[in-house]
Amino acid sequence: MKILKLILKNSLRHKLRSLLTAVGIAMAILAFGLLRTIIDAYFFGVEASSDTRLITRNAVSLTFPLPLAYKDKIAEIPGVSNVSYGNWFGATYIDPKNFFAQFAVEPESFLQLYPEFIIPPDEKEAFLRERNSCIVGRKLADKHGWKVGDTFRLTGTIFPGDWDFVIRGIYDGRDKATDETTMYFHWQYVDERMNATSPGRAGQVGVYYIAVEDANAVAGVSAAVDATFDNSQDETKTETEKEFQLSFVSMVGTIVTSVRIISVVVIAIILLVMANTMAMTARERISEYAVLKTLGFMPKHLVGLIFGESTAIALAGGLLGIGITLMAVKRFGIFLTENLGSFFPVFEISATTITLATVAAVSVGVIAAIFPAIRAVKMPIADGLRQID
Amino acid sequence: MSAALVEIQEVSKSYRRGSQTIPVLQGITLLVPPGEFLALMGPSGSGKTTLLNLIAGIDKPDSGGIVVSGTDIVSLSESQLAAWRARHIGFVFQFYNLMPVLTAYENVELPLLLTSLSRQERKKHVETALDIVGLADRMQHYPNQLSGGQEQRVAIARAVVTDPTLIVADEPTGDLDKESAGEILTLLERLNSEFEKTIIMVTHDPRAADQAHVTRHFDKGVLEELNRDASSAD
Ligand SMILES: Nc1ncnc2c1ncn2[C@@H]1O[C@H](COP(=O)(O)OP(=O)(O)OP(=O)(O)O)[C@@H](O)[C@H]1O
Ligand SMILES: [Mg+2]
Repeated sequence: MKILKLILKNSLRHKLRSLLTAVGIAMAILAFGLLRTIIDAYFFGVEASSDTRLITRNAVSLTFPLPLAYKDKIAEIPGVSNVSYGNWFGATYIDPKNFFAQFAVEPESFLQLYPEFIIPPDEKEAFLRERNSCIVGRKLADKHGWKVGDTFRLTGTIFPGDWDFVIRGIYDGRDKATDETTMYFHWQYVDERMNATSPGRAGQVGVYYIAVEDANAVAGVSAAVDATFDNSQDETKTETEKEFQLSFVSMVGTIVTSVRIISVVVIAIILLVMANTMAMTARERISEYAVLKTLGFMPKHLVGLIFGESTAIALAGGLLGIGITLMAVKRFGIFLTENLGSFFPVFEISATTITLATVAAVSVGVIAAIFPAIRAVKMPIADGLRQID
Repeated sequence: MSAALVEIQEVSKSYRRGSQTIPVLQGITLLVPPGEFLALMGPSGSGKTTLLNLIAGIDKPDSGGIVVSGTDIVSLSESQLAAWRARHIGFVFQFYNLMPVLTAYENVELPLLLTSLSRQERKKHVETALDIVGLADRMQHYPNQLSGGQEQRVAIARAVVTDPTLIVADEPTGDLDKESAGEILTLLERLNSEFEKTIIMVTHDPRAADQAHVTRHFDKGVLEELNRDASSAD
């Protein structure tokens, strides 16, 4: 018989109490794991974005357009290797709940700038040729059961009217973080209709995508672009793609902060649950600890017993929680990437989160044992023995 | 009588309750020779348990000296005392105080875990001790599967398994029916006569006191004069 066996037997003594405590910890770890995974997923898209690509938009706001004429001026700026442009289209496919991102882009330069969209050469060829064709991401295609050659109609909101498209290509992401839920089509298709129906809105561009030759020149090029359009009618704001993405993320920064705080609060709650269990346990065991001391067991033995029991329960709960989290993240992840893939391209539990959850569970076990251990060690034997009567 | 196993000289002990000081033992002097089976009797609250705790090194006197088997235990530190208790004292409590999660075998093995004995040696000792108390066939039983008398016998096996110098028992039959109490007393008597264990036993039970060689009466923290049982010889 070893001390370890005694620890194990003690932990299983009040099976229901230990079980409830462990399940409580498991639930908290689940909440902790999910919250952290959501935050991770949110920032993953940012991580994946390039910092050698620049995005130029109207300095006033993203909703104000820029003239198409800027394209050639930008292309002339030293250090710029390629320029493309596009518009957020924002139309509805049958029902608003089918939301997915659509961009009207200049297709040839756009695909050069975004090599992470992998598309078979023949499909690319067909897409570039046909004015009303589009390409869609693999996940988006899967969701709606689309195949190459299928047609569908969008109902415009920003650009009114019915818009018919034929799918000429389905792209795959080069990296896991590459978004596969977006539709890209010809800017020209929109511009032609605008020319005919509301000429004032023709020749307008939402953002310019700029490729920079040398990563070190990014800051200089960015400043040069904005300087070029200083004091013109439409001043520009140029950022790296990463900064551009982050400006969206920081809009919800307070939410992210709250989620972080909640995940810490969750850990504090399980600490209270665990501390309560250990305090109850220690109170019941006072006379047993006194007997052990009488037999010659030292403070270190009692400390080992108490910490061992506490961490055993906490760790069991923690591991159970991590197990549930892994399953939940998997199922939830499938749902998220199918429905909100452009915000959560990747939804996976990170090694850091697993480590943190384990550390949190073990720390909770250790911290909850501190006071009971001190109490057991300090308690005079004679007083402890008297407790039985 | 110069070679007493337990020498208690002028021991006093009081407890503090709030601002009040309650004297419990007042200048107790007691010599216990080796091989003695001593019964301490007295009314509730007279300080019997307190004295036993002092002798066994789980509490310290306010003044006076306690020497057990040549060791001045008053001067030992907490951890020295713990090691000393493990080697020299066997304890028997009124409520047995077995670990409920451990089997009879594991309960008896408990004090041996503090020694350097191998698993095999421990097994031999535990089996011998359980054999002495007549529970060799109950080794794998848990305390709640045993009767009170059997539990107390396991506790006695736990007290003797380390072959201690002195066995202290605080009302070992206090929670038992007559028959079981008789068995426990017979067992203690046998440990004393056959295995030459020195035993100091606190009891309320006159029958228990009869079993001992010597009975000392306690009242209000003072020991009454020696009253040696005529039937027992030295
Ligand atoms: N830790 C303590 N704090 C305060 N008072 C105590 C403490 N321990 C014992 N006493 C008091 O000391 C006195 C003697 O107690 P003790 O337990 O030694 O008596 P006892 O003779 O063993 O009694 P009983 O026959 O009821 O077991 C009692 O009045 C008791 O209340
Ligand atoms: Mg008592």
